[in-house]
Amino acid sequence: MKTAWFVLSRLARDRSALLGLVLIALLVVAAALAPVLSTHPDDVFELHPSERLRAPSGAHWLGTDRMGADVYSRLLFGARITILIGIIAVGASLAIGVPIGLVAGYYHGWLSDSLMRVSDIFLAVPQVVLAIAIAQTLGPSLPNVILALSVTYWPWFARVVYAETRALEKEIFVESTAALGASPWRLTVLHVLPNIASPIIVRASIGMGFTILTAAALGFLGLGPPPPTPEWGRTIAESREFLPDAWWYATAPGLAIFLTVMGFNLLGDGLRDVLDPRLRRSRTARDG
Amino acid sequence: MRLLALALHRLLWFMPTLLGLLVVTFVISRIIPADPVALVAGETATPAQVEALRRDLGYDRPLPVQFVHYVAGLVRGDMGTSLFTRRPIVDDLLHRLPATIELTVVAMLVSVLAGIPLGVLSALWRNSVLDHALRVITVSGLAIASFWLGIMLQLLFAMRLGWTPLNGRLQGFPPRDLTGFYLLDAALTADWGTFAAALQHLALPAATLAFPALATLVRFTRAGVLDVMQSNFVLYERAMGLPRPLIVWKYILRSALTSTVTQIGLLFGILLAGAVVTEAVFDWPGIGTYAVNSIVRSDYNAVMGFTVWAGAIFIVVNLLVDIAHTLVDPRERTT
Repeated sequence: MKTAWFVLSRLARDRSALLGLVLIALLVVAAALAPVLSTHPDDVFELHPSERLRAPSGAHWLGTDRMGADVYSRLLFGARITILIGIIAVGASLAIGVPIGLVAGYYHGWLSDSLMRVSDIFLAVPQVVLAIAIAQTLGPSLPNVILALSVTYWPWFARVVYAETRALEKEIFVESTAALGASPWRLTVLHVLPNIASPIIVRASIGMGFTILTAAALGFLGLGPPPPTPEWGRTIAESREFLPDAWWYATAPGLAIFLTVMGFNLLGDGLRDVLDPRLRRSRTARDG
Repeated sequence: MRLLALALHRLLWFMPTLLGLLVVTFVISRIIPADPVALVAGETATPAQVEALRRDLGYDRPLPVQFVHYVAGLVRGDMGTSLFTRRPIVDDLLHRLPATIELTVVAMLVSVLAGIPLGVLSALWRNSVLDHALRVITVSGLAIASFWLGIMLQLLFAMRLGWTPLNGRLQGFPPRDLTGFYLLDAALTADWGTFAAALQHLALPAATLAFPALATLVRFTRAGVLDVMQSNFVLYERAMGLPRPLIVWKYILRSALTSTVTQIGLLFGILLAGAVVTEAVFDWPGIGTYAVNSIVRSDYNAVMGFTVWAGAIFIVVNLLVDIAHTLVDPRERTT
């Protein structure tokens, strides 16, 4: 608890990290209070053909879309999907990548080599390409997008955990714990893992941004959850045929994606500065 | 000698990695729930006709047999036939390759030629207005969805201002086909009208593709230069009275670029992945559009062809980056 407080107070002093925190907080509030904050909560499913493609006004703050639905309200409900995709996909990637990285880092030999080789194979192709292939294979739906993102993102965690575990292997506390006869399980989970938590947390924050960006690209290509789900990427794809007149329709969800991803990126950078004292010192020295 | 050993070591890993990639993509492409054979045969085909076609295409055999068959074909440079265009995948890919290479290379040049000097200036004038402005750009570059950036650029420059064409690679006739790269072909045949038109068509997609790469480069060059500026050899060179521009643009930049060179490998990945989405936004007739179309049509030979191609290029680029890294950094050569 004390450490969490320390990290938070440090983050609050870093202006860009604070901005990141604020943006993420806004996203969470938008998602949690979507029914309260939205001006037309029923517009996620209801059609109002007569209200089609209205410009932003007092009644529709961000205008209406091709179905006559309120863009602002749909945006708020879309935040729920974004958070859901980010948390589950990054969580699943952690659940796969961290144990694999620990095992590969702790043991030496063929098992370790082949585990890292497998993760290299996944890293050999750009994530979006592999994710597109998987999402298409399984069919466009929310769980399939999350699955495609998890299957393609875990190698990043495996890599980080592997490198950090190997770096700790010669540390005295690891050697002495091993000499005391601690089991590999006890040694890695109770002693190594807490000491490599920082890079994992930093990677997870940046991974949230990255995953949300890829999910939006999948949605844009028509591989996301099917309509009428208010997914941001799909909304942008739908809006294209109404350009340049309905400019608000394409602009609003893109800005939402931008601010969300920026929030996680800024938080990730800030966390790296706070959690990794080596980097912090070099950064303060550099930035004067 | 060390260079040769490194290259050989990497080449040894190249084959198993590529084979693993093949297995992964093969498994993915073969568990498609929709039956592509039925799709190709058409709605009017009888079950017997579908089965005949399936036998024809070799999809009735067990998966491992199909896989060995595929790899054997690949060794001969045969990626199979597209289920949709009915042409060899290799021909389809080669036909579309110049468009993607032209787009990627122009985007790469823009980001390298602008990104590295901007990164150096940002480091030299730390905390200046330029530095702060560039920080906003680097943060945005990594957070913006490239398909949205592309659409916004289209909205502003093509639809509102009418400065550039909306999409496509060229309207009217392409220049005489010498290399397949429109800019190069037009320049070689001194067809400057076409050259200008091709450049106009390239402007928006290249800018869209270059933006995230540019952001990455500025960021890493800045950090690299700031690190190197504090090292002893820079202090020594200053004490020697070497002119500051020489120190900065030759010695500091050279050292700082070692980390940037590694970034260029990653950059290539960003560009390659970005090309898929960017090409889709701009109807750019390259490999990326081909991949997206093939995926939508469940054309699994074509999807595999693309994935194998992208993976192979990626692995080769990383090999080249490792070698370039050794060449750029004199310290690596002696150790």
